[in-house]
Amino acid sequence: MIFKTILIKYGEIAIKGKNRHLFEDALVSRIVHALRDVEGEFHVYKEQGRIYIDCNETYDYDETIQALQYVFGIVGICPVMKVEEAGLRQLGNDVIAFLEHVYETHQQTFKVVTRRARKSYPIESMEVNCELGGRILEAFPEMKVDVHDPEITLHVEIREKIYIYSKIIPGQGGMPVGTNGKAMLLLSGGIDSPVAGYMISKRGVRLDATYFHAPPYTSERAKQKVVDLAQQVARYSGPINLHVVNFTDIQLYIYDKCPHDELTIIMRRYMMKIAEHFAKERGDHALITGESIGQVASQTMQSLAATNEVCTLPVFRPVIGFDKQEIVSIAERIGTYETSILPFEDCCTIFVAKHPVTKPNLNAIKRSERKLDEKIDELVQTAIETTEIIRVE
Amino acid sequence: MEAYLDNSATTRCTEAVREVVVRTMMEDYGNPSSKHMKGVEAERYLREARETIAKTLKVHEKEIYFTSGATESNNWALIGAAMANQRAGKHLITTAVEHAAVLLPLHYLEEQGFRVTYLPVDERGHISLKDLEEALDDDTILVSMMYVNNEVGAIEPVAEAAKLIKKRNPKILFHVDGVQAYGKLPVYPKKLEIDMLSVSAHKIHGPKGIGFLYINDKVKIHPLLLGGGQQKGMRSGTDNVPGAAGMAQAAKEAYEHLEEHTAHLLKLKATMMEGLAKLPSVVIHSEEGSKSAPHIVSAAFPGVRSEVLLHALEERGIYVSAGSACSSNKKLPVSAVLKELHLRQELLESTLRFSFSAYTTEEEITYCLATLNELLPVLRRYARH
Repeated sequence: MIFKTILIKYGEIAIKGKNRHLFEDALVSRIVHALRDVEGEFHVYKEQGRIYIDCNETYDYDETIQALQYVFGIVGICPVMKVEEAGLRQLGNDVIAFLEHVYETHQQTFKVVTRRARKSYPIESMEVNCELGGRILEAFPEMKVDVHDPEITLHVEIREKIYIYSKIIPGQGGMPVGTNGKAMLLLSGGIDSPVAGYMISKRGVRLDATYFHAPPYTSERAKQKVVDLAQQVARYSGPINLHVVNFTDIQLYIYDKCPHDELTIIMRRYMMKIAEHFAKERGDHALITGESIGQVASQTMQSLAATNEVCTLPVFRPVIGFDKQEIVSIAERIGTYETSILPFEDCCTIFVAKHPVTKPNLNAIKRSERKLDEKIDELVQTAIETTEIIRVE
Repeated sequence: MEAYLDNSATTRCTEAVREVVVRTMMEDYGNPSSKHMKGVEAERYLREARETIAKTLKVHEKEIYFTSGATESNNWALIGAAMANQRAGKHLITTAVEHAAVLLPLHYLEEQGFRVTYLPVDERGHISLKDLEEALDDDTILVSMMYVNNEVGAIEPVAEAAKLIKKRNPKILFHVDGVQAYGKLPVYPKKLEIDMLSVSAHKIHGPKGIGFLYINDKVKIHPLLLGGGQQKGMRSGTDNVPGAAGMAQAAKEAYEHLEEHTAHLLKLKATMMEGLAKLPSVVIHSEEGSKSAPHIVSAAFPGVRSEVLLHALEERGIYVSAGSACSSNKKLPVSAVLKELHLRQELLESTLRFSFSAYTTEEEITYCLATLNELLPVLRRYARH
């Protein structure tokens, strides 16, 4: 493997002004974390506004690239050949060796883009471009120069050492996790909430999660499914503290006391309250849900407003304006879809009325909730106290 | 307290089974194909296992072939025999309530140009011999039938079916899926005129991953697995000595104590059925008497979905199977077998199967009944409206 170094390109971080080093440090630490189980030894460091990864002799290239593709904040991953400076003649040899190794055939159009980060280098960039282009044409007569739309853009960066690369493998983009606070994700076994978690995390937010299960109405397998989903999201977001709340008694109590067409709304209001309790306990700054307007009865504008009303923390809904198909595409891309569609009952689908209210009246809902006064606080308290916390890595 | 009432799904190994499995893994671990002592020693286990099993069936030991379990046995019997005999005809007969390991190989054969007739069953799960008689034609080469239905415990009229089949044409092969029958009932292929019999070890307190196919010496059949030529080239693959030895031990125990085990199982079944009958609005699918297996009781609990009841029982240490696997409120992929029984939707969705073993105790049954009695009113109150 001629790539002993990987150059990491990052986008938005570069424009963050005085906070830039914070973002860079976070990205370095996320990269170190992502590579901890990859075969090989890696040295991750910042240098002149770039992040580099030096790799040892025996590292697993494919596994490394794959791991880096999970790291938010990385826009491009460039496998680099690093050579010592030894005159322009030798640099020409190096560039030819690079092309020989990296490409199987040599009939492409190309251009050379030289950057002199070390201004003390005696030859101007344009001159280096011409010289190297000439050497390439000599070595590979079927290659052609095209400065407008080349098939290969050969980057040569002259620093303390010289970096040669031509491939930019796309990264996830976004911001390094940990640079934008922490939020509590309401995670179900469905398609939407893992996607919501992914999207918020992509903005640099660390995640906690809350799942409501309702044994015996939901099974151990349904819970395992949610743990699996949290694990898949955690590949991007880093470790998640998953709170598994036993919601059965609250659900049954609401069922006993309140009108059945309001069950879902009232239930969701209590879910939000409990999730917010844990969010505050953990110092999270917001709640995240996978709701999308109009998808089901509990996700009409009026219903969303009614559930929102119980929270003081902001509630973010990153997929609010997405069609189901758009959400599914993301789920497929990030690898949560297959797990999400496994057929286990989740607690929202059990006590659904045939015709739930779609335009709940907040006053009516509150009136119904008053019927719960006798026992609900105690039940909520018990649910909180008996919550199981699973650390998902 | 714990009550494992899911013995038709799988069983716990007996101590003696564990002992022989461990011994053949840790001490006598040779490969029967090796030429040295270790190999000869291992081969001895295999031979003894074959003899032991052959004896329980009253067949010749060379007619026993070890497989990875009943799925492989069924696949092999159906595909291997259909392919080997297709010049004699292309018509196959089975029942509508077979296990997927029979139905799917038959679907595959349909794609290969075979014709398959699926015999319907009555509300207790039994086929009608008249239907079978009418389905047999000059093109028929194979009939496949389960001995005991795994979901409701119905015993199919295997002996009578064999007589009909052989009367019509002695060359028609008769395959029996004996997974729920072997170890619970006497099964004598020669007397019953069964040509092939599939069995799995883990249903009778043996290890998982081992089973056998009895193949009458006269049956023409192709191997499915080709390779190193083990088992006379009919089933290649390194011999699973621990599995075979463990299965033989389990078979031996099952048949040495068959009478007392059966008496015990019948008593458990009677207690269970009596107890269930006393609970409010329970519909029992299984019957008493000789047309139903002694170890399976299937019943519906209208007003409670089976999955919910299953998990509620699980919370109290009681393990059973749901007759139907409900997945969400939109789609209810109800068991095809129960559907064949023409049950009302409400019963389909609320059916549980309780299955016992010789090691199940009366206390477990009583505990299960008491728990049901306590759970049902609560769960029914919160049924979906």
